[in-house]
Amino acid sequence: MNTSPNLQSSAQPVIQIQKMNKWFGQFHVLKEIDLEVVTGERIVICGPSGSGKSTLIRCINRLEEHQEGQIVVDGIELTSDLKHIEQVRREVGMVFQHFNLFPHLTVLENCTLAPIWVRKQPKAEAEKTAMSYLERVKIPDQAHKYPGQLSGGQQQRVAIARSLCMQPRIMLFDEPTSALDPEMIKEVLDVMIELAETGMTMLVVTHEMGFARTVANRVIFMDDGQIIEQNEPEAFFNNPKSDRTKLFLSQILQH
Amino acid sequence: MSNPRSVFFVRKEFISARQAPASTIGVLGWIRNNLFSTPFNSLMTVALGGLGVWLIWGALDWLIFNAVWAGGNEACKVNPDGACWTFISTRFDQFVYGFYEKPERWRVDLILLVLFTGVFWSGWERAPARKWVGGFMLIPFPLIAWVVLYGGIFGLPVVETSQWGGFTLTLVVSLIGIIVSLPLGILLALGRRSNMPIIHSTCLFFIEFWRGVPLITVLFMAAYVLPLFFPTGLNFDQLLRALIGFALFAAAYMAEVVRGGLQSLNKGQYEAADSLGLSYWKSMRLIILPQALKAVIPGIVNTFIGLFKDTTLVLIIGLLDLLGMVHAAIADPNWSIRSVPTTGYAFVAITFFIFCYGMSRYSRFVEEKLNTGHKR
Repeated sequence: MNTSPNLQSSAQPVIQIQKMNKWFGQFHVLKEIDLEVVTGERIVICGPSGSGKSTLIRCINRLEEHQEGQIVVDGIELTSDLKHIEQVRREVGMVFQHFNLFPHLTVLENCTLAPIWVRKQPKAEAEKTAMSYLERVKIPDQAHKYPGQLSGGQQQRVAIARSLCMQPRIMLFDEPTSALDPEMIKEVLDVMIELAETGMTMLVVTHEMGFARTVANRVIFMDDGQIIEQNEPEAFFNNPKSDRTKLFLSQILQH
Repeated sequence: MSNPRSVFFVRKEFISARQAPASTIGVLGWIRNNLFSTPFNSLMTVALGGLGVWLIWGALDWLIFNAVWAGGNEACKVNPDGACWTFISTRFDQFVYGFYEKPERWRVDLILLVLFTGVFWSGWERAPARKWVGGFMLIPFPLIAWVVLYGGIFGLPVVETSQWGGFTLTLVVSLIGIIVSLPLGILLALGRRSNMPIIHSTCLFFIEFWRGVPLITVLFMAAYVLPLFFPTGLNFDQLLRALIGFALFAAAYMAEVVRGGLQSLNKGQYEAADSLGLSYWKSMRLIILPQALKAVIPGIVNTFIGLFKDTTLVLIIGLLDLLGMVHAAIADPNWSIRSVPTTGYAFVAITFFIFCYGMSRYSRFVEEKLNTGHKR
């Protein structure tokens, strides 16, 4: 499960970030980020709050703009060119901490909206795809309900299905379980684990270290806007090298 | 440690839900809780109830029981202690059509018929093709209505806008205002929130300018001052000028209402739409505006109702809407009876109330229908 994907078969990294710097006004939030992600990799990004981990993944689909450096996703460079941005966003799916489902549409409509209007699929085909993904996340019976009628765990699973309906090459997860009641975290993590098993490239910002151990190829620790340490999960958790990493792990892991 | 009290408990038989006590639910419960909950409240209920009954009885007395329903001004002179409804009925045509020539009034009737049919058709839930009807009512219909009412083509004799008046004029002015203000207001609101500096400042200036001047001065300027700037010979219809001013004014107000709705939306909605690859206009149309507009339906309908009543201001430029007509009719020496002015204004008030309350009720109906589990 944790073995790295065959690096010889995937020649070009699917995400390449080089010397990326970002400021919010005067505040230097991301410093000299260098990151390469290969197809099929599952990366968990962790760190204290304010470390810039969410900002980092939001730069990958241009929800945030970087001021210096280069971000190349799926061969397309992210600049202020709107066409490139929209191309990248079609290939990168995102799951948010607060789900962000569209409350005025049913679950099925939430899932078919983007395929119909962005990929120009006919409605019947989009609905078929949507129902198959809703079955994969184990809530096909809720297809005609509205998001407000679902529990948090169900809403997050719909959000995952909605992103998957665009059939992206990369999935970004921004603290997907942080807003869930504890009894619903497992159902969402199970969906993410099953997704990982199908070979999806995933970047997950999370505090769920159990998930990292089960599924990740790489764990990245960020603090103060920089990547401090990265390693394979077992090595990362059992043998952290940096003092900051050790401090963080001591705060969040229970022995 | 001394012997602690045992805190152990396990429930063997589970309690199922029961009905609430009779005196706390239902009509009796409501009356107890809201009207007679404390001695002071009970006293207020009795006092205000008594006052209410006295006022309502007095009003009904004047409006209906003692009122004069027929017989012309002679009947009202005899009985000036009740409403003089015959005043309204004798001059009813004028109140509805203004000075529109009698033989051409069928054109007004036709337009009014199409208008009310169209409004009810697009408003009724189960009507077939109601989106098409709604679309027709919004764009082609106002243009067609103007052409039919003004005339000049298809052999229809021209009826100058200075002859339009009464309730027809009220409808024309308010509907133009309503139909133009919402789309234009939406564009202005989006423009004001734009990141592009030229669009942003243009929209901002436009909104602040039109909101900063009273509507009366807008109408006055449109009617009397604007022509001074036109080259001689260019003659722009006076009502049309006033309508343009009215519509732009209304759009500025609507822009701020819509902007409130756009701001109230969770930022995550914008981000989710973006992350799915939706373009700006698609995300506006499919995600943002449906939610933003739904959130501010009260504000939008409020603005519409205000516009409807603001039409009375066209009096300032010599156009006689419903209120203006009634006002002029009251001055008729044949009808200088004590009850006539009150009756006239009561009639106007009741008419406006029916339409404004109608709009209000419809908006509540729309809000209920759109509450699709959005709020848990």
